[in-house]
Amino acid sequence: MTATVPPELVHRLTALKGRMQTVSRDEIADVVSSLLATMEGDLSDENLKLFGELESLSNYITTAKSEIAALRPDEITSRHLPKATDELDAIVGATEEATNAILGAMESLEAIAGEMPSEFGDKVNEAVTQVYEACNFQDITGQRITKVVNALKHIEEKVEALVSAFGDEIAKYKKAHPDAEEATEEVKKPTDADLLNGPQLPDDASKQAEIDALLASFD
Amino acid sequence: MSVDLNMQVLIVDDYKTMLRIIRNLLKQLGFNNVDEATDGSMALQKLRDKDYGMVISDWNMEPMTGIQLLREVRADSRLKNLPFIMITAESKTENVIAAKEAGVNNYIVKPFNAATLKTKLVTVLGNF
Repeated sequence: MTATVPPELVHRLTALKGRMQTVSRDEIADVVSSLLATMEGDLSDENLKLFGELESLSNYITTAKSEIAALRPDEITSRHLPKATDELDAIVGATEEATNAILGAMESLEAIAGEMPSEFGDKVNEAVTQVYEACNFQDITGQRITKVVNALKHIEEKVEALVSAFGDEIAKYKKAHPDAEEATEEVKKPTDADLLNGPQLPDDASKQAEIDALLASFD
Repeated sequence: MSVDLNMQVLIVDDYKTMLRIIRNLLKQLGFNNVDEATDGSMALQKLRDKDYGMVISDWNMEPMTGIQLLREVRADSRLKNLPFIMITAESKTENVIAAKEAGVNNYIVKPFNAATLKTKLVTVLGNF
């Protein structure tokens, strides 16, 4: 592209600059048209179309970046995924504990069956065996949950890469939206939906004595 | 061939409840000398330290898996003929083929029942 600006255009731009406060939209459009005219021969229609496409692509990327930042992928790795993993670990722990309790009871029953007349003892042992077989579920459940936990860890790695790539955008979004959920979550009154938390993780759960104490504090 | 029910049996699984279930089922079948390990490397150490008549092992364990344990056992001149049964949730054909190629004597898929366990033990050890 040439850098030469026609003297007439320079004159008009200088005149416009002198009365910047009163310049009209039509005058600006006129100057822009003149500018484009100076590009004749330097920019083909194809080039202009290509530049237009590039500009539109750039705008699309900017919008997408803002939208991804607004989704707060950093929260997925810092809050949601670790919480999901903890919940799954708690399932494994709880089922293991329950299975051990069942097995303990069955072992006691088996010992008692040994002291019974065989016509009863054999029947009890048969039932005990069926319970042992049914308790296989704990191992299978545990392995399935481990697979899900591994899948979540994989997702976490991918999201972390996303957070790393969009770090600046996320920081900008957080700065622009200081009213994000962490800030408001603590102060707002919980709705009925907010109260549906399901079972608490063992470390977070209130003990019955604490519940009783809380209830007593209202008296 | 008569089966020595007093033989030392090593069961290997990383789930304590599974060890307890297998131990109890073996006890019902008359096997009273049952030892436990929670992964392949612990099992291998025990097998090298003591005499066992049979190994019943899970596949999916860390750091040493059941298939790795099996290969180590088959590569050991003293242990290479030890009866080895795999009890696992790994039920793909490729797993069974790999275990067979590594020298497993039999293969039980979890969840399993007492009758299946007994059938496989009879197949590997003979009637008891």
